[in-house]
Amino acid sequence: MTNVVGYKRPRAGTQPNYLHPPYQSSIKRAPRKPLVLLPHTLSEVTGPLFGHDLIGQNDNDLTKQHAGEPIGERIIVSGRVLDEDGRPVPRTLIELWQANSTGRYRHALDQHDAPLDPNFTGYGRTVTDAEGRYRFVTIKPGAYPWRNHHNAWRPPHIHFSLFGPSFMTRLVTQMYFPGDPLLPFDPIFNCVTDQRARDSMISSFDLDTTIPEFALGYRWDIVLRGRNATPFEE
Amino acid sequence: MSLIPTASQTVGPYLHLGLTPITIADIAKDAGKGEKIVISGRVLDGEGQPIPDALLEFWQANADGKYAHPDDTQDKPLEGKFIGFGRVPTDKDGRFSFTTIKPGAVPGPGNSLQAPHIVVCLFMRGMLKHLYTRIYFSDEQAANANDPVLGLIEDAARRPTLIAERQNDKAEYRWDIVMQGENETVFFDC
Ligand SMILES: [Fe+3]
Repeated sequence: MTNVVGYKRPRAGTQPNYLHPPYQSSIKRAPRKPLVLLPHTLSEVTGPLFGHDLIGQNDNDLTKQHAGEPIGERIIVSGRVLDEDGRPVPRTLIELWQANSTGRYRHALDQHDAPLDPNFTGYGRTVTDAEGRYRFVTIKPGAYPWRNHHNAWRPPHIHFSLFGPSFMTRLVTQMYFPGDPLLPFDPIFNCVTDQRARDSMISSFDLDTTIPEFALGYRWDIVLRGRNATPFEE
Repeated sequence: MSLIPTASQTVGPYLHLGLTPITIADIAKDAGKGEKIVISGRVLDGEGQPIPDALLEFWQANADGKYAHPDDTQDKPLEGKFIGFGRVPTDKDGRFSFTTIKPGAVPGPGNSLQAPHIVVCLFMRGMLKHLYTRIYFSDEQAANANDPVLGLIEDAARRPTLIAERQNDKAEYRWDIVMQGENETVFFDC
């Protein structure tokens, strides 16, 4: 067996800690014992690869999944998936979920007193193209309250899940919107201490992908872990 | 060029909306060979309470110890439909269950061989970043004793947290994930 080339480890402050007391649910769920350092083996650097056959016709257009049009501000979210060396990540699965324009999720546990929209599910998926590009048409999600602390509101966000080329590049994150007044108060957004890493979760408004008379464009690039250059860099 | 990898964020309480449309609870049916097994258990928090909003993803080699991935260059057969990936949420009692085939041994660092194992990626509300752990098998004692990854766990008393217990003579294994406390599952920094 030749040596396996592993994936790079995160720089300090660029990823959240498991225990983050301002996010109360982390207190009983974060591991308390130190994690065991694992240099990557073949089991880590491999992982599931998905193809376009998983994707149905309206899976990346959340405004066309029902008989009627959903209520709310139509938006186009697009960008590229790159690795940390700037190389595109082609043909990788992206799954996405979000609240509707009133801040309500189509989920049995969501008790927020805001209306559901019969024309909006809030789920989509796509596969990046050969240049790592993706694109969704959706509705801008609303803010919603949660019970983490007094008067706690989540800033509007879209949940993203990505795979990349190995099980080590797995990422679940949230995309936020520029200029949102709730961001400074959100313990989930602020769990990332490195400001550049934190701000990279905020999309930017983009006139180039905005479609006249139709929808506002937001651009958001997603960066997955990159690979070491040699097997001995761990 | 060096970019900062995008930060992880919690899956939150509504993870099912985004992650369970692709649920894969039985991958044995795609395997041409190997012993069909069921692995089930519970996910428990620091107070021993079940975690009903967690999700497990698993990744494994086929019965010959070959991964369906281009980085696995071993000269071993792949089976047409077998990918080796699955995904199951926990239920209201924190239970999960999935059906697969027992994987073969795969190469480790140097000339070592890793005992048969399944890599698990764990998500839940309350966790800002996913965790990796592994499932080994109680009926592979000799292989487990020589496994280079189990050997990285300095406190040997914690190693059993990664070993699924075979239930008598049935091809069923029991494996719980405990987030905190005396029996806290070993999680890997990888
Ligand atoms: Fe959310």
